[in-house]
Amino acid sequence: MLNLNYKIVCSLIDENSSVLDLGCGEGNLLRLLRKTKNVKGLGIEIDENSVLSALQKGLSVVQKDLDKGLDEFQDKSYDWAVLNQTLQSTKDPELVMSEMLRVAKKAVVSFPNFAYWRVRFYLFLKGKMPKYKKLPYEWYNTPNVHLLTISDFFEFCKKRDIKIEKSLYLKRHKVASGFLMRNIANFLSEEAVFVISKN
Amino acid sequence: MGITNFVETKILKVEGNLELKSGKTLSNVEIAYETYGKLNEDKDNAILVLHALTGDAHAAFLDKNNKPGWWDDMIGPNKAFDTNKYFVISSNILGGCKGTTGPSSINPKTNKPYALEFPVITIEDIVKLQKKLIDYFGIKKLIVAGGSMGGMQALEWAIRYPEIITNTIIIASSARLNAQSIAFNAVARNAILSDKNFNNGNYYDSVHPEQGLSIARMIGHITYLCEDAMLKKFGREFKGDPSFDFGIDFQVESYLEHQGRVFVDRFDANSYLYITKAIDYYDPVEEFGGLQNAFKNSNSRFLIISFSTDWLFTTEQSKQIVNALINLNKDVSFVELESKCGHDAFLLEFEAQTKIIKSFLKEEA
Repeated sequence: MLNLNYKIVCSLIDENSSVLDLGCGEGNLLRLLRKTKNVKGLGIEIDENSVLSALQKGLSVVQKDLDKGLDEFQDKSYDWAVLNQTLQSTKDPELVMSEMLRVAKKAVVSFPNFAYWRVRFYLFLKGKMPKYKKLPYEWYNTPNVHLLTISDFFEFCKKRDIKIEKSLYLKRHKVASGFLMRNIANFLSEEAVFVISKN
Repeated sequence: MGITNFVETKILKVEGNLELKSGKTLSNVEIAYETYGKLNEDKDNAILVLHALTGDAHAAFLDKNNKPGWWDDMIGPNKAFDTNKYFVISSNILGGCKGTTGPSSINPKTNKPYALEFPVITIEDIVKLQKKLIDYFGIKKLIVAGGSMGGMQALEWAIRYPEIITNTIIIASSARLNAQSIAFNAVARNAILSDKNFNNGNYYDSVHPEQGLSIARMIGHITYLCEDAMLKKFGREFKGDPSFDFGIDFQVESYLEHQGRVFVDRFDANSYLYITKAIDYYDPVEEFGGLQNAFKNSNSRFLIISFSTDWLFTTEQSKQIVNALINLNKDVSFVELESKCGHDAFLLEFEAQTKIIKSFLKEEA
């Protein structure tokens, strides 16, 4: 079965557009985008083995550290940037977000919501760093050094004049769209997907 | 084991003169080349592989002495450059000493070897001559691939002939040498020039400047390895007991001495001078006022590979090419492969390269 997150991201991207996948991993999403939306895509990934897997899927991939910025890319040179499940593991989320919105006309950002009720109860009841399917790591080996919540993200965007064009909230295998009250979404959603832009 | 493939080096006599970047011209130029696989009817399945400093046309299969080519791991049926599908061409570079016209060839004006009468050549000239070979086959679309100095030639092809290059593979290379690498080449040339047998390059009918050439090769080999590789290969191992004189004590000395000694039997000192100079001179960044301008008309896909411990052609230098291509929104892929082999990795680490190149080429259809 297709990953729900992939399905949603794919549904947001226009056909035949150009896509920059930041933190593309082994390139599964980019491959899907190419198949279903005929996009012209470039993946950026820091891990050598992931780059090799993505290259073997026939994708164009450049090995690169997102935290060093995207200097070599021209302004608005891509229709879309995708930052799928990556924001929380960047060292410098502010830089990554601003660079992403500089080089792409629109961006899709998704992340696990740290205010999900199960996460809250885990911490509340066990008094330990939350661990579950979406956050399978221990505190000492997690790549997720900048975990955030849906409310944090709204606040972050507001302060920087980033326009949130769409918001989608994922709960297990269901999707709710943006008209849900934000505090309720923040409590109920495992994961959030946003379409954002900045002129 | 599959069928063993043999190959013979052929010679193409080039008609007309070759105009060089320096303004000089060469006539009666010959190109030594080999081919593997079959050229299709549309003449669009060709790959030109480009050799490094001391390579030759014999890139793959076995020659008449049963010696495999220098990239035999990569070229052949079902290999990275699949000869079941592609027509692979390899030629010796201009200025070389393996069949293509160079300083050891006969100067038609004097009927003696050119020696230092041979004009100074550039990477541009080397590629210009290769174009004549490609035209001879009537090839319309071309894939180019090379490592080290071969990567510079691939780059030059993509820049100079954008209308025919569809895919460019540049491995462990750079758009231009840095001061450190030029310095090593300068020392190597000095070793040759100061050999007592050099005789201003006119040594062909007497003793060759073997001492100088072998020192040049030793310097080269130091730059092809890295600290890690040297540690692993030699450590501080002695060959025998310490000699308490200035003979060869350490394994690393013995290795360099061996590399130097075998090299003089297969390479011409004058060619070494000319080719290192061509590498030093190459600089499309300067010539075009930035790589972006150089690549502007290219429609090629690019694959750039560097190696983590290569300090002669560094990852940063590869990234310079990658960044220019990204800036122009060209189709580019880049990976730095982890290796403990230094610059030599491009000839040794063929498994990872095979995977990458195969999938890269699969997409080109």
